[in-house]
Amino acid sequence: MRQRSADALLPLGHGFGYLDEDAKRELRRAIFKAVCVPGHQTPYGSRELPIARGFGTGGLQITLALIGPEDVLKVIDQGSDDSVNAANLRRLFLATCPGVRETRRTQEASLIQTRHRIPERPLRADQILILQVPYPDPLVVVEPNESKRRLMHGRADYAKLWVKLYEGMVTFSEITISHRYPTRIAGHYVIDPSPIPRFDVPKLHRADCLYLFGAGREKRIYAVPPHTTAEPLTFEDVPFRVEDFTDPATGRRRACSRCGSTTSFLDEFFDETGARLFQCSDTAFCDEELAGRGAAA
Amino acid sequence: MSVLLEVEDLARIHGRGCDRCLEVTGPEHGTNRCRFCGSVVALRGASFALERGEVLGVIGESGSGKSTLVRLLCFDEPASSGRALFHEADRVVDLFALDAARRRAFRDTRLGVVYQNPMLGLALSISAGGNIAERLIAAERVRYAFLRERARALLERTGVPVARMDEPPARFSGGMQQRVQIAKALATEPPLLLLDEITTGLDLSVQARILDLVLELQEQLAVSMLVVTHDLGVVRHLASRTLVMRHGAIVEAGLTDQILEDPSHPYTQELVSAAL
Repeated sequence: MRQRSADALLPLGHGFGYLDEDAKRELRRAIFKAVCVPGHQTPYGSRELPIARGFGTGGLQITLALIGPEDVLKVIDQGSDDSVNAANLRRLFLATCPGVRETRRTQEASLIQTRHRIPERPLRADQILILQVPYPDPLVVVEPNESKRRLMHGRADYAKLWVKLYEGMVTFSEITISHRYPTRIAGHYVIDPSPIPRFDVPKLHRADCLYLFGAGREKRIYAVPPHTTAEPLTFEDVPFRVEDFTDPATGRRRACSRCGSTTSFLDEFFDETGARLFQCSDTAFCDEELAGRGAAA
Repeated sequence: MSVLLEVEDLARIHGRGCDRCLEVTGPEHGTNRCRFCGSVVALRGASFALERGEVLGVIGESGSGKSTLVRLLCFDEPASSGRALFHEADRVVDLFALDAARRRAFRDTRLGVVYQNPMLGLALSISAGGNIAERLIAAERVRYAFLRERARALLERTGVPVARMDEPPARFSGGMQQRVQIAKALATEPPLLLLDEITTGLDLSVQARILDLVLELQEQLAVSMLVVTHDLGVVRHLASRTLVMRHGAIVEAGLTDQILEDPSHPYTQELVSAAL
């Protein structure tokens, strides 16, 4: 074993995928457990990595435990392939995983590591989406004591989360959670789906692909396996709503100023002249829409 | 009348306990503490029955085991030995044989607990309505309109101004916090209320109004109550029957009037004469 791993050492002094094989084995076990108990926060030993905790080490470790030389990898940060977190992580993957090909096209990737967004195009059964998670426990906002939180999860006791929704309704007449929306998986555990916008939450429900969530600092892995139910917590008479991109001036949904899509999640920003612009947050989707439109014209 | 709650030989021992704990403690020995192993016998041999719709008073000095009795019955503390049988229409529930999930469900639907300190029964930073909602929300889907309506009705019934239902109880007076706590306890219409020193620490006029509220609720809802207090006035006002406790044991039980007018146990005599 030692001989083989010594042979396989890369120029930087470690094996394929940076982590040692024991660490990967532990991670894979935790991932299996997380898939078997959908939504349950499985503890694991988070390893030291060349990037600091809180910068995506949870997702990074899952990806490193799963990736092989034949994989095609896409890394996203807030929908963009070129944001700084995605660029840094991609460089680390390419330096430590020889043979792995990178892509920006969602449909080409076998593994996708992402921060704060789920790609616009639905993922297939042979794809895995790995989300970076800052705070894995949705109960942390209502119960400071961790051992009590674990009991509450075990008993599916989420009344306090509903009370939080109730309080939002009382104060603002609507549910006020914009991201990290508590979502019930397979009818039992409620997860924090990481800071994805509400717009992305329905994509978790009965999807074809596997969703894995990794929190490096908090040392937890959880999963939403394919075809599993994912229901955002809400009242029976207050339906769950995603972000509304209707322009109050025209009454129509805003379109991406670049590709013209009226179905995607939009980022709002201001150009040099101070004018308000809306553009797809998923840059790869935007590029493809634009190319598709160009070919059609 | 039929029996709602039957308690048999209930005991709670803090510490490792030994064979002789029960022999050397209790009212006849004048102590709770076992001189052999140092364990504290907080409650021993407690047996009584509570009828449906009855208000049973429990009086005794500090450390006599009356609050322990309440904490055991609402699962805040585990019992060391003994049984408690809860009679439902079609079955008898052995409380201490329930598993954790069933205990919780039982507590949520069959029991209402009101503590002396509102901080124990309420989340003071969450609105009064939110506190009531928390108890109404089971694990299943819930309707917001129903929660609002029910919270409003309960607060109205317990005399909390409905205009303040969206304020946190932290901003309320002690008496009003106690009213919110009672509203919360009543939310799921439980057949049994456990009231632990609910008027202690309130001024006299507020005490009287809270007691009137409890009496009124009892008359309207016919809910059974276990009223724990060290205040003889409270049992005189509320309870038809009363248990007197000392050093963890029930030393006397009977009709409240009889106990207050003609106490038979020396400790009860002392208690009544001290109060009068």
